[in-house]
Amino acid sequence: MALKMVKGSIDRMFDKNLQDLVRGIRNHKEDEAKYISQCIDEIKQELKQDNIAVKANAVCKLTYLQMLGYDISWAAFNIIEVMSASKFTFKRIGYLAASQCFHEGTDVIMLTTNQIRKDLSSPNQYDTGVALTGLSCFVTPDLARDLANDIMTLMSHTKPYIRKKAVLIMYKVFLKYPESLRPAFPRLKEKLEDPDPGVQSAAVNVICELARRNPKNYLSLAPLFFKLMTSSTNNWVLIKIIKLFGALTPLEPRLGKKLIEPLTNLIHRILIEDSDQNLKYLGLLAMSKILKTHPKSVQSHKDLILQCLDDKDESIRLRALDLLYGMVSKKNLMEIVKKLMIHVDKAEGTTYRDELLTKIIDICSQSNYQYITNFEWYISILVELTRLEGTRHGHLIAAQMLDVAIRVKAIRKFAVSQMAMLLDNAHLIASNTQRNGICEVLYAAAWICGEFSEHLEEPNQTLEAMLRPKVTTLPGHIQAVYVQNMVKLYASILQQKEQAGEKESSQEITQLMIDRLPQFVQSADLEVQERASCILQLIKYIQKLQAKEVPVAEEVIALFAGELNPVAPKAQKKVPVPEGLDLDAWINEPPSDSESEDEKPKTIFHDEEQRHSRPRQPEMDEEELARRREARKQEQANNPFYIKSSPSPQKRYQDTPGVEHIPVVQIDLSVPLKVPGMPMSDQYVKLEEERRHKQKLEKDKKKKKQKKEKKGKHHRHNSLHTESDEDIAPAQHVDIITEEMPENALPSDEDDKDPNDPYKALDIDLDKPLADSEKLPVQKHRNTENLKSPDTEVPLVEKKSKKPKKKEKKHKEREREKEKKKDKERKVDEEEKKVILRHVLREDLESVQNGTLDDEPLPTYDIQGNLQNDSQVTVSVIFENKSTSFVKSMELNVLDSLNTKMIRPEGSSVHDGIPVPFQLPPGISNEAQFVFTLQSIVMAQKLKGTLSFIVKNDEGSTHEKLDFKLHFSCASYLITTPCYSDAFAKLLESGDLHMNSIKVDGISISFQHLLAKICFHHHFSVVERVDSCASMYSRSIQGHHVCLLVKKGENSVSVDGKCNEPTLLSNLLDEMKETLSMC
Amino acid sequence: MALLRPLFASDWPTRLDIRAVSSRPTPKSEDIQQQIIRETFHLVSKRDENVCNFLEGGLLIGGSDNKLIYRHYATLYFVFCVDSSESELGILDLIQVFVETLDKCFENVCELDLIFHVDKVHNILAEMVMGGMVLETNMNEIVTQIDAQNKLEKSEAGLAGAPARAVSAVKNMNLPEIPRNINIGDISIKVPNLPSFK
Repeated sequence: MALKMVKGSIDRMFDKNLQDLVRGIRNHKEDEAKYISQCIDEIKQELKQDNIAVKANAVCKLTYLQMLGYDISWAAFNIIEVMSASKFTFKRIGYLAASQCFHEGTDVIMLTTNQIRKDLSSPNQYDTGVALTGLSCFVTPDLARDLANDIMTLMSHTKPYIRKKAVLIMYKVFLKYPESLRPAFPRLKEKLEDPDPGVQSAAVNVICELARRNPKNYLSLAPLFFKLMTSSTNNWVLIKIIKLFGALTPLEPRLGKKLIEPLTNLIHRILIEDSDQNLKYLGLLAMSKILKTHPKSVQSHKDLILQCLDDKDESIRLRALDLLYGMVSKKNLMEIVKKLMIHVDKAEGTTYRDELLTKIIDICSQSNYQYITNFEWYISILVELTRLEGTRHGHLIAAQMLDVAIRVKAIRKFAVSQMAMLLDNAHLIASNTQRNGICEVLYAAAWICGEFSEHLEEPNQTLEAMLRPKVTTLPGHIQAVYVQNMVKLYASILQQKEQAGEKESSQEITQLMIDRLPQFVQSADLEVQERASCILQLIKYIQKLQAKEVPVAEEVIALFAGELNPVAPKAQKKVPVPEGLDLDAWINEPPSDSESEDEKPKTIFHDEEQRHSRPRQPEMDEEELARRREARKQEQANNPFYIKSSPSPQKRYQDTPGVEHIPVVQIDLSVPLKVPGMPMSDQYVKLEEERRHKQKLEKDKKKKKQKKEKKGKHHRHNSLHTESDEDIAPAQHVDIITEEMPENALPSDEDDKDPNDPYKALDIDLDKPLADSEKLPVQKHRNTENLKSPDTEVPLVEKKSKKPKKKEKKHKEREREKEKKKDKERKVDEEEKKVILRHVLREDLESVQNGTLDDEPLPTYDIQGNLQNDSQVTVSVIFENKSTSFVKSMELNVLDSLNTKMIRPEGSSVHDGIPVPFQLPPGISNEAQFVFTLQSIVMAQKLKGTLSFIVKNDEGSTHEKLDFKLHFSCASYLITTPCYSDAFAKLLESGDLHMNSIKVDGISISFQHLLAKICFHHHFSVVERVDSCASMYSRSIQGHHVCLLVKKGENSVSVDGKCNEPTLLSNLLDEMKETLSMC
Repeated sequence: MALLRPLFASDWPTRLDIRAVSSRPTPKSEDIQQQIIRETFHLVSKRDENVCNFLEGGLLIGGSDNKLIYRHYATLYFVFCVDSSESELGILDLIQVFVETLDKCFENVCELDLIFHVDKVHNILAEMVMGGMVLETNMNEIVTQIDAQNKLEKSEAGLAGAPARAVSAVKNMNLPEIPRNINIGDISIKVPNLPSFK
């Protein structure tokens, strides 16, 4: 056997391994592709062999090839084979390959579910670790659903290595399976206080990721994070928490209000002026964040930011640009854009130049051109931008030109003159049409000149420019616009000429069209060709009419009548569905499947009677029909979207008053519109300054008149820079035509939300208590129909409500006695209690501690096995002050036993109590934890203890005491650990377990309920269940295995236990007997 | 979720030799992955020495929320692609931890180690970054786990593994290139007030 293995491995060592492959590829630089295809053939042969080592080696090589860009998805099944190898060495190779090439579309991924589950529960922590790492890369919604519960169990694994991975992967699980968030969240929260820093950091990481997307759900965690922030020494955790606070601050303004101003200055001073490029970058980044909430504090650093535009580092330049976007105001827009234009000229490399261009447009057009005071200036800027060569953003400029020309009515004349100029100089712009995106602007220019042709100074010249042969070299869609708009232009020229009575020239222009249009008819672009030939025919027809001296202009112009109004992009979406209209309802009766098969086709037409027998065909008389028709007409008349069949008065002619309802405010032009030649936008800056200055003076004059007596104080001339934004009136009193919205549109702010946002599903309220139905799907074993998931919260709630009552009663009696002794006349308030030690049953490892079995009214509490230390338990106690007095100086002391000792601070004696680290105002509760060390866990323990405290009220303060008992049951040392049947069987076979059994009679509850009780109270998990027989498993904190076989008879239950510690087992069984006898 | 995509690029005498250590943000075809790596290398390699270590790749890397953070060591670039939930300086430090960890695990790491043992590099990375999220930043912890896994691997190979190891040692003796060390000491990135993440 061994010999065979050695022989096999000797054969194998001459196989090509990963290093050989890499070396081979490096040695075959000339014919790499050929060499790799050879290697892939070899790999395919290796994959066919049965030896798993050979397969793993092959998969390892494939992983490398994948990184070089070769598709290896064909080997997905082999990868799964290697993943399921028993040796960690191979398993790791398999999971690495899977994480590199599996994704949601990989169909074999569903085959991995059971393999992954097996690996997750492997006794070898590295098997589990490698499975978690792999899963984090390719988790699908199905995998997430099926494995969520297993992963959640791992969050409480004994090894921190597994815990941290399990915690981190939960985020991926939440993303794919949002339903798991609420059930898993309590435990995730618990992990924020995990003793291992790695686990803690993972939990912070996950919660920060969640909170970043939906901060409002995590506001309640703010105090906890604040505590972590002050206590944590891990920088990673700190950074994450600060980022989290960044997300929370907008929701809770008090959190950071005061810090803003000094912080900004700090950033300014330290970061941007710093010579270190990294810090400079981060400073700018921070500024852009502050800008969103506190624009004023950033605006003062404008010059500094403009300086950054000159930085040699592109990253910094881009950051600075981004900042400028948020810094503009009416006052400084022109100045900033001017600086940017200078940079555009200087910029090398198209990427940065394109970035500048988009930024200029973004800056100017933001919030509906809010900051533009002079649109002529803006058009000039756009025209100047067309001189950029090689930009990809011609369409952006074009879109802006169109938008401004359509929406700012006052600017149309100016825009048209500029566009005409562009068309005239088209040869400059379109010099290199193939690579040059700038020719897109001609699209806009042609459209604007055509649509608003009435504003053209020299329409003939423009028309000729549009008909130049050079135009045919433009891209098809631009030519199409040319063709369409030259007709508009032609129509308006025709009208002018006809009105002026110039028949000759109107015929000339028709002839020109007929001469030049054929060049478009020959176009290879279908759109151009179709439009051109159509229009050519039309014009030929016009020519005929002109020859007969029929006036045609009116009719031609009617072709293009009507104004185009901007409509809001989401107009249709915002119209509510009218009441009573069900869009999903059938308009006609849905064809029923059964009938259509049976029915013969002819019956549909002939069998009248059958028709009548159908219930959904109500008979209608003439009256009813008429009534309905009338109602429908009425409805249509009120419906703005119903296109009426009669010609609408709005659509007929341009000069009809149909467009009046568009809210265009008449303008008062104070700037001369005629600007000869190519405008330099700079002149507007000057003009604008003068204009503002004038305005200011006028305003001042008015003020002076009003306050004549204060005249003397107005010596100081207000400089432009102190002027506030509101003072600047736009040059053209331009109101932008707002986008039209249907009358009954609903304002909604949901526009911005992307329905495909994967994080939206995680917007879940986490403070709501868990409902019964909310639990993670648990992998069920055969025959365990509806066994309750161990992590139900219901019993917890029950117990909480029951237990304190007992305690309260006792306590009240004590209170009364005390009061009597003191001979005070004060009436005892029934409700008044000083402090109640309420036990909090903290959920841990799927079940909670059972403290209800003892007959004595001992104070209950929660004992948690310490996962890191096999001889420690943590007792959590919640102190609640139900009195009306202030409770302070609480001290908890326990009489140690030989076995169980409370851990006290160093140097204190065993008789000293441990101070509780807080005070309790009335009505407040708080939790404190105490750690105990144990030597042996095989026996249950009871410890007596005292809580001393000072009660302070108006009458002074008294010192009081409260006695209690702590009961450490054996079950509290158990940790629910999942176990699979094969591992369980091996454990039983091993033979080093001791056996014991109990039998309890008179059990009436169902077996299923019974199992749930054992799971819940004694921290067991069901391994397998067959009929009325089940095997269960648990582990103690010191690593004892406990196996149970539970059998249910008619009225009795027998429990056979096996454990490697006989005393522990018998004690556990005794406890169990008590639980069961209470059933 | 931090979208972490570290990759290497090195200019080898004869040609650009670019190896992605990990590029698995979304199911992207291999071609797109290669394009991203190539363009990233192009972007990063043309940058000067004394500029900042952050790059906004734009659409190439999935929009403005993501950015490239890189460090340059001799002939190697370590580039991580992260989203805005990560701290820039933090990632710079993470890269440093990564490189130092490589140095420890490979005992004086050189470029060839990374080229010939991509699988090992991956395993080390898997202990630091999991599914695009930072898992562990403490170098000692990472090295401990890697060592334990190597031990496990050795014990699994047992007797049968010995001859194979011998052969691969012989094969490695005639490596054509002389290994060059990455000098991890000569970087001068100022990380203010941030003691190393340990």
